[in-house]
Amino acid sequence: MSEPATNRTGQPLWEVFVRARRGLSHQHVGSLHAPDAAMALRNARDVYTRRGEGVSIWVVPSAAIVANSPDEKDPFFDPALDKVYRHPTFYDVPEGAKHL
Amino acid sequence: MTGARTLPPLAAYALALGDDALILAQRLGEWAARAPQLEEDVALANIALDLLGQARILLSYAGTVEGAGRDEDDLAYLRDDRDFRNVQLVEIPNGDFAVTMARLLVFSAYQYELYTVLGTSDDATLAGLAGKAVKEVTYHRDHATQWVLRLGDGTELSHKRTQAGLDQVWPYVAELFDTDDTVSRLAGVAADPATLHPAWQQYVIPVLTEATLRPPEPRWRSRGGRDGLHTEHLGHLLAEMQHLHRSHPGAPW
Repeated sequence: MSEPATNRTGQPLWEVFVRARRGLSHQHVGSLHAPDAAMALRNARDVYTRRGEGVSIWVVPSAAIVANSPDEKDPFFDPALDKVYRHPTFYDVPEGAKHL
Repeated sequence: MTGARTLPPLAAYALALGDDALILAQRLGEWAARAPQLEEDVALANIALDLLGQARILLSYAGTVEGAGRDEDDLAYLRDDRDFRNVQLVEIPNGDFAVTMARLLVFSAYQYELYTVLGTSDDATLAGLAGKAVKEVTYHRDHATQWVLRLGDGTELSHKRTQAGLDQVWPYVAELFDTDDTVSRLAGVAADPATLHPAWQQYVIPVLTEATLRPPEPRWRSRGGRDGLHTEHLGHLLAEMQHLHRSHPGAPW
């Protein structure tokens, strides 16, 4: 695993997730630097919710995120491209069925 | 321009509180693009804009109560330093980041107690402003607290500089809690500053203790801001703040 990303003051990088309102899920909105979790949360509030964007914030150390490598793109995602049967498009929806 | 001395008490009171907020907003604005990191840049700008919002309401209200046709811009840009009624604490220079945080802790803890009491003021405008502003200053106080804790209880150097910041700011603290004639004539409307001190202390001292910092015991204290007596620094601040408006009166964006 690589070293945590830090800025020139040696502070680690954090990923910020904001939930816009109740019932929605948290969305990734960006990243920032902070010395610790409490300050990361406050910085996130200042940088990403200035215009009433959120009701809840998560911050996660960037180093804690495990991402797939770009090299793995083909084996990861290509096989899904030709499996049309995975899409729910083979059903006739009876007339009168509501709330779909 | 007429001085604030001739104002009705309610206008003078609104002006004093408004000037505190306006001058500190201007000071904090000086950090824009100079803060230790981008995130802090935005945080300080947010706090400055909160204070500016409070100042606009208070100055507008002071102008309305005075009834002489002065609006917020006239009061902010066309008074000279002797007509400003802010405490000296808000006008002294930012110093380093530790001085700025020491002042923000002291001042926002004061504003928190002030707006908490003003929330039940007999004056509907002041009560309305206080209800909104108390949420803002709760955050300012928390922001300053977080930094004072980390810097005070951080490295040897950060501890030293934070203690020096407190030592520099502390002589200006007592002035925040002075009761004056204006306030005594506004019973039920204004918050008597002297009564805010115990709660202020109950918040600030434990923060310093946790940060391994010592409450300073200054050998002198500032006086006179509410009477228009200021340090030399206010004139320089006003020159920068008022220059554009005075050079181009009434210029809109």
